[in-house]
Amino acid sequence: MATPTLDKADGAGKPEAGFADSPYITATFRIRRFNSEVSAEAAWEDFQLEIDPKERVLDALHKIKWDQDGTLTFRRSCAHGICGSDAMRINGKNRLACKTLIKDLNPEKPITVEPIKGLTVLKDLVVDMEPFFQAFRDVMPFLITKDTNEPTRERLQSAEDRERFDDTTKCILCAACTSSCPVFWNDGQYFGPAAIVNAHRFIFDSRDEAGEQRLEILNDKDGVWRCRTTFNCTDACPRGIEVTKAIQEVKRALITRRF
Amino acid sequence: MKIHKYDTVIVGAGGAGMRAAIEATKRSRTAVLTKLYPTRSHTGAAQGGMAAALANVEEDNWEWHTFDTVKGGDYLVDQDAAEILAKEAIDSVLDLEKMGLPFNRTPDGTIDQRRFGGHSRNHGEAPVRRSCYAADRTGHMILQTLYQNCVKEGVEFFNEFYVLDQLITEVDGVKHSAGVVAYELATGEIHVFQSKAVIYASGGTGKFFKVTSNAHTLTGDGQAAVYRRGLPLEDMEFFQFHPTGIWRMGILLTEGARGEGGILRNKDGERFMEKYAPVMKDLASRDVVSRSIYTEIREGRGCGPEGDHVYLDLTHLPPEQLDAKLPDITEFARTYLGIEPYTDPIPIQPTAHYAMGGIPTNVEGEVLRDNTTVVPGLYAAGEVACVSVHGANRLGTNSLLDINVFGKRAGIAAAEYSARTASHVELPEDPASLVVEQIERLRSGTGNERVADIRRELQETMDANVMVFRTEQTIKTAVEKIAELRERYKNVSIQDKGKRFNTDLLEAVELGNLLDLAEVMAVSALARKESRGGHYREDYPNRDDVNFMRHTMAYREVGDDGAESIRLDYKPVVQTRYQPMERKY
Ligand SMILES: Cc1cc2nc3c(=O)[nH]c(=O)nc-3n(C[C@H](O)[C@H](O)[C@H](O)COP(=O)(O)OP(=O)(O)OC[C@H]3O[C@@H](n4cnc5c(N)ncnc54)[C@H](O)[C@@H]3O)c2cc1C
Ligand code: SF4
Ligand code: FES
Repeated sequence: MATPTLDKADGAGKPEAGFADSPYITATFRIRRFNSEVSAEAAWEDFQLEIDPKERVLDALHKIKWDQDGTLTFRRSCAHGICGSDAMRINGKNRLACKTLIKDLNPEKPITVEPIKGLTVLKDLVVDMEPFFQAFRDVMPFLITKDTNEPTRERLQSAEDRERFDDTTKCILCAACTSSCPVFWNDGQYFGPAAIVNAHRFIFDSRDEAGEQRLEILNDKDGVWRCRTTFNCTDACPRGIEVTKAIQEVKRALITRRF
Repeated sequence: MKIHKYDTVIVGAGGAGMRAAIEATKRSRTAVLTKLYPTRSHTGAAQGGMAAALANVEEDNWEWHTFDTVKGGDYLVDQDAAEILAKEAIDSVLDLEKMGLPFNRTPDGTIDQRRFGGHSRNHGEAPVRRSCYAADRTGHMILQTLYQNCVKEGVEFFNEFYVLDQLITEVDGVKHSAGVVAYELATGEIHVFQSKAVIYASGGTGKFFKVTSNAHTLTGDGQAAVYRRGLPLEDMEFFQFHPTGIWRMGILLTEGARGEGGILRNKDGERFMEKYAPVMKDLASRDVVSRSIYTEIREGRGCGPEGDHVYLDLTHLPPEQLDAKLPDITEFARTYLGIEPYTDPIPIQPTAHYAMGGIPTNVEGEVLRDNTTVVPGLYAAGEVACVSVHGANRLGTNSLLDINVFGKRAGIAAAEYSARTASHVELPEDPASLVVEQIERLRSGTGNERVADIRRELQETMDANVMVFRTEQTIKTAVEKIAELRERYKNVSIQDKGKRFNTDLLEAVELGNLLDLAEVMAVSALARKESRGGHYREDYPNRDDVNFMRHTMAYREVGDDGAESIRLDYKPVVQTRYQPMERKY
């Protein structure tokens, strides 16, 4: 006997019509399309599909791409909120398509899907991530220590010191926060929340010895002071990082020089 | 077409690729080509931990770790390599800590450690705390830390470059690596990278299964590229099915959940692992637990209306412990199943997880062309490779270890080779021709087959026929089906004919790779008439050391008429300290 296959729900694509307690619903996805090889203008396009509302928006995008329109273009990899590939604007809010279930989106109405804002759109839902990663690299996102001879064993760190920066270690660099920030929309020079989150991760790591340098970088005119505490970033973060709080802590450290 | 010239080219920027890049960049002019942005790599999904006998919380040593690795791999492990893995584990964890990795800490401030399946004290006496971890985000922290250090070292990345072909040039009758051919996603342009050394670190191939913990992008591109150039693939029949994937979705729930005290239960609430593995119970090795789960299901003790899954029960653990040690996986249960793990058990089923087989290498990461000869300039490390430290079944936490130990080794070895090799070998004539043809064929195809259909059917047949339980009959069914799908693949057409970000095209290319590798897996499995580790044949339920204590080596052959076939050969297992014993947990 073969291994029992347990996967019936999303088998051959289409459910049987009229199946009484079919979990499937018909939903409309209104997707912002752009392909410079076809047209200079972006436009909305509607797709209808039958889908189990317990599925992810990413599943819906795949169904569209695989069964209706192969030109639909988006990034994705892990499909469970861990790689940061598929941040997009879904019903006007930044989220990961793979972490958003259709049932949570009021699927009676068309569900809108657009690329994240503030970064150049390259095709459909794909944006240019380079400026985002540049801002990340600019905060020196790596442990800097001054000790001249390497310790032979691990550096010690108390559980409490480790806990101090736990929240900001969770970042997956998805850009949902930065691209939800009105300051960043208006001025792409602003470092943006994600870069500050990653600076925070090192500033508050008891092993790191370059906190002062990082604070100076963020003291720049395009640094933390641009933040207007709108909390969009905290709402957007799929990892539940308290982004605004991290930015506030960096601001406070700049004033008190204690961290 | 653009031609680039580097000393060392690394294919892939997951844990293995970036660990190699940190070493190679210090020693040679290095380019890293990766189809994903580095931080998108699937190393980031790893949860549970990385094994090393640090002995921070209880007595432990590398020899016990070596033994567990060999036994866990059902004695198909090359013992010299396993010894290196276990010995160098300690420094590789300490390296990561020094690079900044935020491990969980003991009350003394040292790196904390926890239990994991198959890791034991003194050759199987009792479970030991050997896994170094950062909550259930160990892979995420490794990936981030390595990327951070790549930024620090100024590693040069070519992001969203898909390597589609390996270039080989014969020098004095000896095959050398000459470089690779890559396709740039953003522009559709084809690039040739000429280099003295190439390191494959392109990860696993789990996407030929349907219920899998692997990312959509794990399509075995590296394995397929070298295989198509006539180089062998080792032990491809050995694939690991992890016991605890989220029911129907396959998303992994780390073994760390059982390490923290989680219990598997059937529909009667019975802790069934006590029957199958009296000592290690829920922490027996993965192949044993996966088979036990399916045995429960087959014998009618599965849960749910269709009796098709079992439960992972965490409800007896204090919520604070779950929040501190297993925050991500408990959130997966809430997000994707709407289940509260504090109070309700989580429905799980085995999920296709890890390729033990891959591109054969020696312990320096040099790729083998046959049982003993290396291909000068060609290296591989990580899940794409088969050293073989995992044998027939990988122990949990040994892969994050593998990518660090052998990623580092391959990075150093390749860069040193580049440094001591005076000049590049010449590129073959018309180096991009194979890729150009392949892309053109797919782009201009007008057939009536669709990528999504073929992939779906492939995944269904793999799940049904070559998963946890296999027989001659089921494997043959799979072989026939794959042959049919390979024929149909010749008639695929894609809708996107453009150049920019053509993911439609790349999914078609990836499917081609999956089909090639699925065939190798099934054919290798058919020939192995025994049960060992992850390869379980119901028609041959016992391990057969007399006939099968050997690695499978699969070669692609092309006849004069252009017909393709697979030739199987075998390679001896390196045994040093440990004589094969019956494996009991
Ligand atoms: C959910 C999950 C949990 C796990 N948990 C653990 C654990 O707790 N402990 C443990 O030890 N192991 C664990 N493993 C196994 C381990 O994480 C993986 O085996 C390991 O991370 C693989 O690393 P890698 O560097 O070889 O490949 P990956 O991290 O997968 O990286 C592959 C890289 O190759 C690139 N690539 C692929 N194809 C191409 C191409 N054609 N051209 C260019 N680049 C390409 C990709 O862009 C990527 O950068 C887990 C695995 C999974 C799936
Ligand atoms: S802080 Fe959150 S939203 Fe911002 S990049 Fe990191 S994970 Fe994404
Ligand atoms: S696909 Fe990885 S985060 Fe969504």
